[in-house]
Amino acid sequence: MSDSTAIAHGGHAAPDNTHAGGHEHPAYLRHHFENVEQQADAAGFAMWLFLLTEVMFFGGLFTAYLIYRNWYYPAFVEASHQLNIFWGTLNTAVLITSSFTMAMGVWCAETRKQRGLVLCLVLTFILGLGFLGIKTVEYKEKIEKHHVPGFHYSLSSFTDPVSDPEIYKEYHDKPLALDMARHTEVYFSLYFAMTGMHALHMIIGIAILGFMIFRARAGAYTSGHVTFVENFGLYWHFVDIVWIFLFPLLYLISRHQ
Amino acid sequence: MNHISPVLWEFLVKWMTNFALFPPEASKIAPEMDALFFFMVLVSVVGMTIVILLVTTFCILYSKGRHPVAVQIEGSTLLEATWTIIPLGLFLLMFVWGALIYFRVYTPPANAMNIYVVGKQWMWKAEHPGGQHEINALHIPIGRPIQLTLISQDVFHSFSIPAFRVKREAIPGRYTSVWFEATATGTYHLFCTQYCGTNHSQMIGDIVVLTPDDYKKWLAESTSGMSLAQNGERLFASLSCNACHNAKPDARGPSLASVYGSKLPLSTGGTVLADDAYLRESILNPSQHITQGYAPIMPTYQGQVSEEGVIALVEYIKNLNSNYRIEQTLNTTDMLPEGEAKAAPVTPGGVEPRPAPPKTAPQGMVKP
Amino acid sequence: MSATIVSLPDQSTARIPKMNFITKENGLLSWLLTGDHKRIAVLYIISLTFFFFIGGALAGLIRLELLTPQTDLMAADTYNKVFTMHGVIMVFFFLVPSVPATLGNFLIPLMLGAKDLALPKINLLSWYLYVAGGALAIYTMASGGVDTGWTFTTPLSTHYVNTNVLTTGLAVFIAGFSSIFTGLNFIVTIHKMRCPGMTWFRMPLFVWAHYAASILMVLGTPVVAIAIVLVALERTIGIGVFDPTKGGDPLLFQHLFWFYSHPAVYIMILPGMGVISETISTFSRKRVFGYTAVAFSSVAIAVFGFFVWAHHMFIMGISNYAVLVFSLLTMLVAVPSAIKIFNWTFTLYKGSITFETPMLYTFGFMGLFTIGGLTGVFLGTSGTDIHLTETYFIVAHFHFVMVGGMLMAFLAGIHFWWPKITGRMYPEKISQLAAVVTFIGFNFTFFPQFILGTLGMPRRYAAYPPEFQVLNVFSTAGASILGVGYLLPILYLTWSLKYGEIAGNNPWQATGLEWQTQSPPLTENFAVTPIMDHEAYDYEWLEKQREKEVASVG
Repeated sequence: MSDSTAIAHGGHAAPDNTHAGGHEHPAYLRHHFENVEQQADAAGFAMWLFLLTEVMFFGGLFTAYLIYRNWYYPAFVEASHQLNIFWGTLNTAVLITSSFTMAMGVWCAETRKQRGLVLCLVLTFILGLGFLGIKTVEYKEKIEKHHVPGFHYSLSSFTDPVSDPEIYKEYHDKPLALDMARHTEVYFSLYFAMTGMHALHMIIGIAILGFMIFRARAGAYTSGHVTFVENFGLYWHFVDIVWIFLFPLLYLISRHQ
Repeated sequence: MNHISPVLWEFLVKWMTNFALFPPEASKIAPEMDALFFFMVLVSVVGMTIVILLVTTFCILYSKGRHPVAVQIEGSTLLEATWTIIPLGLFLLMFVWGALIYFRVYTPPANAMNIYVVGKQWMWKAEHPGGQHEINALHIPIGRPIQLTLISQDVFHSFSIPAFRVKREAIPGRYTSVWFEATATGTYHLFCTQYCGTNHSQMIGDIVVLTPDDYKKWLAESTSGMSLAQNGERLFASLSCNACHNAKPDARGPSLASVYGSKLPLSTGGTVLADDAYLRESILNPSQHITQGYAPIMPTYQGQVSEEGVIALVEYIKNLNSNYRIEQTLNTTDMLPEGEAKAAPVTPGGVEPRPAPPKTAPQGMVKP
Repeated sequence: MSATIVSLPDQSTARIPKMNFITKENGLLSWLLTGDHKRIAVLYIISLTFFFFIGGALAGLIRLELLTPQTDLMAADTYNKVFTMHGVIMVFFFLVPSVPATLGNFLIPLMLGAKDLALPKINLLSWYLYVAGGALAIYTMASGGVDTGWTFTTPLSTHYVNTNVLTTGLAVFIAGFSSIFTGLNFIVTIHKMRCPGMTWFRMPLFVWAHYAASILMVLGTPVVAIAIVLVALERTIGIGVFDPTKGGDPLLFQHLFWFYSHPAVYIMILPGMGVISETISTFSRKRVFGYTAVAFSSVAIAVFGFFVWAHHMFIMGISNYAVLVFSLLTMLVAVPSAIKIFNWTFTLYKGSITFETPMLYTFGFMGLFTIGGLTGVFLGTSGTDIHLTETYFIVAHFHFVMVGGMLMAFLAGIHFWWPKITGRMYPEKISQLAAVVTFIGFNFTFFPQFILGTLGMPRRYAAYPPEFQVLNVFSTAGASILGVGYLLPILYLTWSLKYGEIAGNNPWQATGLEWQTQSPPLTENFAVTPIMDHEAYDYEWLEKQREKEVASVG
C-alpha cells in the first residue's frame, strides 16, 4: 500500500526538515504551520484564550471579595482606609503609562523601528519595576502596622482608631466592635492574596520583558516576526486591567462619602 | 454438600440470610421517599431494558454475517425529538417530586420538639431541652415531629439516620436543621457521613425510638439536673448579659422577652426574623445585628462561650415570654460570689448610650 | 464470510514503514525534548499507565481492608490516607489527562489533517508539568501521605490535619496547569489548523468531544487552582477566608472547589464519549446516527456542566431555593448524555456489525455508563439525594460512570488506535477475553455498592456494621477479577510491540484521515497536506478509495 492516500498536491514540496527544497518562507515559520499568517493567527488566539483562563483564576478571588464585602461592609470600609490613596493612584498611573509604552513598543515592532522598540521595552520594564517598588513600600507599611493576617495581626487601629493618628486625621473613623473589627482580617487576607497574585504576574511579566529587551537588541522582533511582542503586549495589558479593577475595589470603598 | 468447606457453607447460608437489601422504613417521610426511589428504579430498569434490547436486537439482526452491507442513515429528527423529550419529561417529573420531598424534610413544622445536636471530632452530643445529654445516641418518642438543630464544633460532619431517610450536614459557624417523625419503635443506625478525620468511622451511634410511656420513663431517669434553659439562665447571669438586657426602661440593650420568633427592625433599616440562627449570631457577631434604636455597643462573646453554651443561651431566650426570668437573673448575679460575674465589656470609645431619663438609678448593674 | 472487518497486509511481506515518528530520531533526549505530538502522546501513555497502577494498587488496599467490618488490615489513619491518595491520583493523574493527553494528543492533528498541534512546546511543557505534579504526589505518599479526602474539605484540610496537604495541593495545582495547556492547545488547533475542506461539521465526533472538554479544562481548572491557593494560605498563615471564627465561611470553599470539580467530571467523560463515536461507527460500518445532535450535545454538556456544581452540596445548608435551581439544571444536563446513548444505539441499526475488542469495550461502556448516568439522576433529584448522598451509592455512581464508562472507553480507544500508534495489532482472542473479564469483574465490584449505599453505609469508612459485610466481600471479590482484567492488556499490549501482526495503514478500514496515512505515521503526519472533500464517516468514499487502489498499478 502506498504510504499516503492523501489527495491533493500543494503547499510544501519537501517533506523533510531541510530547506533544500527551494521553497521560500521566513526562518521563523514553524513547520507545522502552512504559512506565517496561520502561525500568527494561532498564536494570538492562544494568548487570548490563556488570558481567559487568567480571568477565571482571578475571578475566584474577586468572587470571595464581593461576598465578604457585602457581609462585612463596615470592616471593609475602615480597613481600606489603611491603604494609601496616593501610592495607589501613583501605581495606577505608572501601570497605565507602562501599558502605553508597551503599546508603543508593539507599534515599533510592527513598523520595524528597532531602536524605538528597545526604548519602549526598557521604559515598560522600568515602569514595571517602579510599580513593584511602590508596592514594596506599601507592603512594608502593612507589616510595620501589624496588618498582615496571621503574623501578629493587630486590631487596635480598628477598635481604637484614635490610636492611629494619621488615618484618624483623614477619616475620623468610628471604633468598630470587636467582632466587626476581626473581619478586617478577611479584608487584608484578600488584599494580600489579590495584590500578591497580581504582583506575581507583574514579576513574571518583567522577567519576560528583560528577555525581550535582550532579544530586541538583536533584532529578533523587527524583521517581520512580531507575534511574541504583540502577544506579550496582550498579557501586559491584561495585568494592567486587573489592577484597574483591584484599585477601586480595594482602595476606593466609600471614598465618595 | 459435605465436600464444600464448612466455612464457605456458613458464609453462604448464615450470612446471606442475615442481611436485607433495603433499610427499614421508620419515619413518616421514608415511605414517600421510597416511592420516588422505586419509581426511579422502575424508570431506570425500563430504560436499561430498552437500550439493551435495542442493542442486542440490532447486533443480532445486523451482524456482518447477516447484514453485510450497511445502510447509511443520516438521522431522524423525529427520533431525536422523542428521545430528548421523553427523558426530559421523566427527569422533570422526578425533579418536581423530589423537590417536594426535599422541602418537606427541611421545613420543620412549628410544633416540632427541638433537640440540639453538636457534632465534634469524633462524637455526637445531643442536648434535650429538659437537660438530658446523650453521646452518640438519641432517644426519641414515636409519633411526634422532632426537629434537630445541628452545629459542629470543628469540621464538617453529617448526621445521618438511614432508617428515617434523613441526613443533614453539621457545619461550624451556622445552625442547620432537619426534622422527622418516627413511626416504628426500635433501634436504628446513626452515622456520621461527612469525612471528618481519623475516627470518622467510629462516629456512629444509635437512634432509639420509644413509645411515649417509655420515653417519659427515659426522660425521668436521665435528667442530670438543670434543663437547657436553666443552664442558659445561669450563663446569662454569669456572662453579665443582664447588665444591658435587663428589661429596665433605660436599658442599653433591648428586652429579650418574646423576642424569639418576632420580626425585629434593624438599625440598618431592614427587618429580620429572630430565629435560632439570629440569636446565635447576635451573641457571636453582634455588630451586624443591632436592633433599631439601640447603640452598637454589644461586645462579642466569640471565644468566651462554647457552642453548648450558646445553645443553652438560645434555649433560654426562646423560652422567655415575660421579663420575670430576666429579673431572676439579676438576683442570681447578686448572689454570685464576689468577682464571678464578669464586668460587661463594652467597646472603648463607643457611642454613649442614650441619656437615662430622670429616674432612680438602676441597681445591681456592674459599672462599664 | 468472515466475522471481522480486520484487513491486514500480507504478513510474509509486510514491514513496519522504515521512516516513521518512532524511528525518525534516536536517543532519550530526542524523546524528552520532542515537539512531536505523537511522541508526547507516547510519553503520556507510559506515565499514565504508571500512575494508574499506583492508584489501582491503592484501590486494592481499600477493598482488602473492607473485607472485614473492623479496621484490622491497617489503622484508620492509614486507611484515610489510602483512599485520599487513591482519589487524588485517579482523578487528577489518570482520569483527567487519560484520553485527551494520550489519544487526543496523538490523533487530533491527524484527524484534522494538520502536521502538529498549534503549540508543540506548550504540549511538551504540559507533559513535564504532569510528571512534576505526579512526582510530587508520589513524594507526598512516601513522606506520610495526606488524609483529607481528594475533596480537601475545609476546615478539616486547613486546621484539623497535620498531613501533607500543601504538597498535595501543589501537586494538583501543577497538574491543573498541565490540563489547562492541553485544553488551550486543542482549542487553538481545532479553530486554526484544520486542513482545507475540513469544515466544523466534517470533523470526527472525537474532535468535537475534545473541543467541548477543552472548553471545560480552560475555564474550570483555574478556579480550583485559586481554591487550592486559598487553602494553602489559610493553612499556613491563617488568613481566615474559610474560618467562621474569623468571619470566613467554609461553604465558600465548597463552592469554589465544586465549580471546577463538577465540570471536571465532564472533562473526564467527554473524550471517552468521543472514542465511542469513532468505534461504534467503524464497527457498524455506518456514519454515526444524528451526527449534528451528537456534536451539539457534547457542547451542551460542557455549557450546562458549568451550572450544576451545587448538586454536590444539597445537604450542606444551602438555601432550599438554590437547591431547586441546581436540581433543575442537573436534570437538563442529564438529557444530552441520554441523547448520545440513543444515537449510538441507532448507529447499529441497519449497520454491519462485528465484535472486535474495541467494540466489546464500547458495548460495556454503553451499558455501564447508562446505569451510572441514570443513578446520577437519582442523586440530582433533591429528595432522594438526602438519603443517598455521602453513602456508597455515590461511590458506586461515580465508579460506574468513570470506570465502567471512561476507563472502558479509554481501553476501547487504546485498542482501536494501537495499530496506528505502533504499527502492530494486538492478539484478538486474549484481548476479547480481557474485555469480558473486566466487564464481569466491574459489575461484581461496584453493583453491590449501590445496595450498600441504599442501606446507608457511609463512604470513607474504614470500619462498618457487620451486616454490611457480605456485600463488601462480593465487592472485593469482584475487584480481584477486575484487577486481572486490567493486568492482561499490559501484558499482551507489551507483547504485541515485538510480536504483533503488522497492521498496515488501515486495518479497520475506517474513514478518518488518521487511517489514510501509514502506521506508525510520519513525524509530519502527512507527506502532502490532505484536502477534505468528503463528509466524516463517509464509507462510500472509502469504498471508492479502495476501488481506486485495487485498480491502480503497483
